[in-house]
Amino acid sequence: MNPTKILIADDEPNILISLEFLMKREGYEVVLARDGQQAIDAIARERPALVLLDVMMPVKSGFDVCHEVRGNDAFKDTLIVMLTAKGRDTDVAKGLALGANAYMTKPFSTKELVQKVQSLLQGAQGAAP
Amino acid sequence: MSAQQKTDPRLWWLLGAAGVASLGWLAVTFGLIASAMEAQERQAVLQTVGDRLVLIGLTWGGGMAVIGWGLKRWFALWVTPSVQLAEEAQVLLKTDVVRELPAKGNAETKVLVGLFNQLVGQREALRQQMDAKVAEAARGIEQEKSRLAALMSELTQSVVVCNLDGQVLLYNNRARMQFRALSQAPGVAGGAELIGLGRSIYGVFDRKLVQHALESIEQRLQRGAAQPSAQFVTTTPSGQLLRVQMAPVRAARPASAAEAATDRADAVALTGFVLMLDNITRDFEAEAARDQVLHTLTEGSRAALANMQAAIDMLDYPDLEPAMRERFMAVVRDETRALGQRIATVEAGAADGLKTRWPLEDMLGADLVNAALRRIESVAGLRCAAQEVDRELWLKVESFALLQALVYLAARLSDEFDVKAVQLRLGPASGGAGKAQLDLIWTGQAMSTETVMSWEMDAMKVGQETLRLTVRDVVERHGGAFWFERERVRHQAFFRFLLPLANPQEAADVPVLSPGESRPEYYDFDLFKTTQQTLSMDERLLTELNYTVFDTETTGLNPSQGDEIIQIGAARLVNGKLLKQECFEQLVDPKRPIPAASIPIHGIQPEMVVGQPTIEQVLPAFHAFAQDTVLVAHNAAFDMRFLQLKEQQTGAVFDHPVLDTLLLSAVVHPHQDSHRLEAVAERFNVTIVGRHTAMGDAMVTAEVFLKLIPLLAEKGIHTLGQAREAAQKTYYARLKY
Repeated sequence: MNPTKILIADDEPNILISLEFLMKREGYEVVLARDGQQAIDAIARERPALVLLDVMMPVKSGFDVCHEVRGNDAFKDTLIVMLTAKGRDTDVAKGLALGANAYMTKPFSTKELVQKVQSLLQGAQGAAP
Repeated sequence: MSAQQKTDPRLWWLLGAAGVASLGWLAVTFGLIASAMEAQERQAVLQTVGDRLVLIGLTWGGGMAVIGWGLKRWFALWVTPSVQLAEEAQVLLKTDVVRELPAKGNAETKVLVGLFNQLVGQREALRQQMDAKVAEAARGIEQEKSRLAALMSELTQSVVVCNLDGQVLLYNNRARMQFRALSQAPGVAGGAELIGLGRSIYGVFDRKLVQHALESIEQRLQRGAAQPSAQFVTTTPSGQLLRVQMAPVRAARPASAAEAATDRADAVALTGFVLMLDNITRDFEAEAARDQVLHTLTEGSRAALANMQAAIDMLDYPDLEPAMRERFMAVVRDETRALGQRIATVEAGAADGLKTRWPLEDMLGADLVNAALRRIESVAGLRCAAQEVDRELWLKVESFALLQALVYLAARLSDEFDVKAVQLRLGPASGGAGKAQLDLIWTGQAMSTETVMSWEMDAMKVGQETLRLTVRDVVERHGGAFWFERERVRHQAFFRFLLPLANPQEAADVPVLSPGESRPEYYDFDLFKTTQQTLSMDERLLTELNYTVFDTETTGLNPSQGDEIIQIGAARLVNGKLLKQECFEQLVDPKRPIPAASIPIHGIQPEMVVGQPTIEQVLPAFHAFAQDTVLVAHNAAFDMRFLQLKEQQTGAVFDHPVLDTLLLSAVVHPHQDSHRLEAVAERFNVTIVGRHTAMGDAMVTAEVFLKLIPLLAEKGIHTLGQAREAAQKTYYARLKY
């Protein structure tokens, strides 16, 4: 059975290196994107089950990526976890309103992130026929 | 009655009538007796009486003398005293002469004289009381005026008082300085083109902005708010950021309790408004810098901490390969150094300290929605309805900017997506505590992320006007959020604004307001007589118009052959007063030589115009100075020709109504040989100071014009239209330059 594919979209190399290591270690296949447009292309191409999406990225913001993904029925099952330094309540509300499944404010514990990813993926599998 | 006194002619008439009547009676008596006799008897009587007829004449004459004496006595006692009393009473009635009338004539007339004297005494006592009260009140008003003037001049805040037409009625020195700083041409007009008595405040502020603030105040007044005020922040044409607080000036208090009862409904009637201005350009820049610092500290540090946290978490894995361990250690070192640098930068830049926040005002959400409904329908031309509006929500908003954002979005929906109707929805935000969500909803197709982003980032265009703000600016100003969502089930889409909530304080502390208590005690004179802005200029009275009286000095007499303006001087006439403090006097660099022959006339040496502004800078400033006034000049056709030939070059189009004192002089004095300014000034006894300087001539022209207005009125010329028509009919109107 193929490992579950996760896309990590962030323009910060210092977070990418840790998250890539972490997710691979947890047994996921990891795809990386360094801006919003790369993220959209990678979602269309790689069809990841879950996206760890930073908000403040060049070209397109995480909010824009989220909105486009949710606007396309082909990706309706793609899970989105927003990871962002934007911690205002209005940002959280906006992220969730635009269809993110979870919103985590930086800094976060990697343990909690892994738990969140696992629970979302399990929930999605449980919901799948 | 003295012997010399002229006898009343009516007495002679009465005496004559008695004589005629008695003669008639005699004739009839003799006639009847004679007709009853035979001819012989008549002959006998005639013979008997004939020689004694003289006796009858004597007795008749005696009788008439007695009647005459009786009539004279009767007149002396009854008629003459009444006539004299009437004349003397007329004098008392028409003048303020105070004297006691002498008692004369019969007893009844003497009683009347006594009553007259008492009434005059009473009138005099009342008049004295009233004069004393008026003097006292005038003293009080003078004291209040000087107190207010002192208070105003001491204020460190700019204060401008306007009537409902936006005309400035009062401003303090600070406001004058502030407007000088706002002037686009400070070196030219020194702000006098922006502020002045009778000038329109709409020359500085967008009329819609002020109207919106007024509407907002009126709504609060109607709800019974004690101290309603509105705030807005606006950018001026010169790019300055002004925070404006507006307070209402309400109608004067009713004179009596009965009036107060009937006027209760009018308690909210506004007669004008007070504007308090603060230039917050620097504050705002500092605020923006502070926000940037805060942003760097929070979001920047969060990202760095997240990177470190993740790397440290990875270092916990015991089986980590040395190469990977070194990479995570490098991340931690890298982020620690970056964080240290960031904190040092923040520390260095944080010296500015606390600054005022961007002012947001409390507003009932339902009021905002109502205002938005009206604005969207009137400006964007879409049907607009409210849907699910929470009437209890109080927002903390900059309502004008927010309304403009809503109108702008609705207008783009209409223009680009052919949307015909929109709805507004307001409720507490589901995601964020202390926030409200305001949705602009439409039915139909959705839009792409790029479209939403470009709408959010484009400079807003409302009506014909493009603003400097974007939707994002407005949202950030509120610390809010904005996004686009679809409701697939309802086949609807909406833009959502997350906006801050306010504490509903105002509703809680509303005291009962009696209509008389609206005005502060130190301000008690009524300056608010609104003018009839609705009448066209031509229909308005000459006495109520405002004028800019001006003169130009030029290099020569032929503008079409290259002669140029080298000086403009202008003064303002407001409410029939020459405002000597509000002048426009400016030399102009003509960018061509000044002919030597003209120098003795105007006295302007070529070196005086070097370094002065050019006509491209001066005319727009003069245009602003003359805004909303009638232009007046002596031989105006000459000066206007110079201005009009520069319209394309300067962009300043002088389409004001124009009056010419030369033509008006010819209207009131058609038989005079000369209507040159010197001659006219001499006729009106106006002293000429500085003839042939632009300012000097403008001042003389202004004083001449003031003298012309009443003379025109005597000729039945009261309105601007009548004055222009009369001027055009005069001979001089045919003179062309």
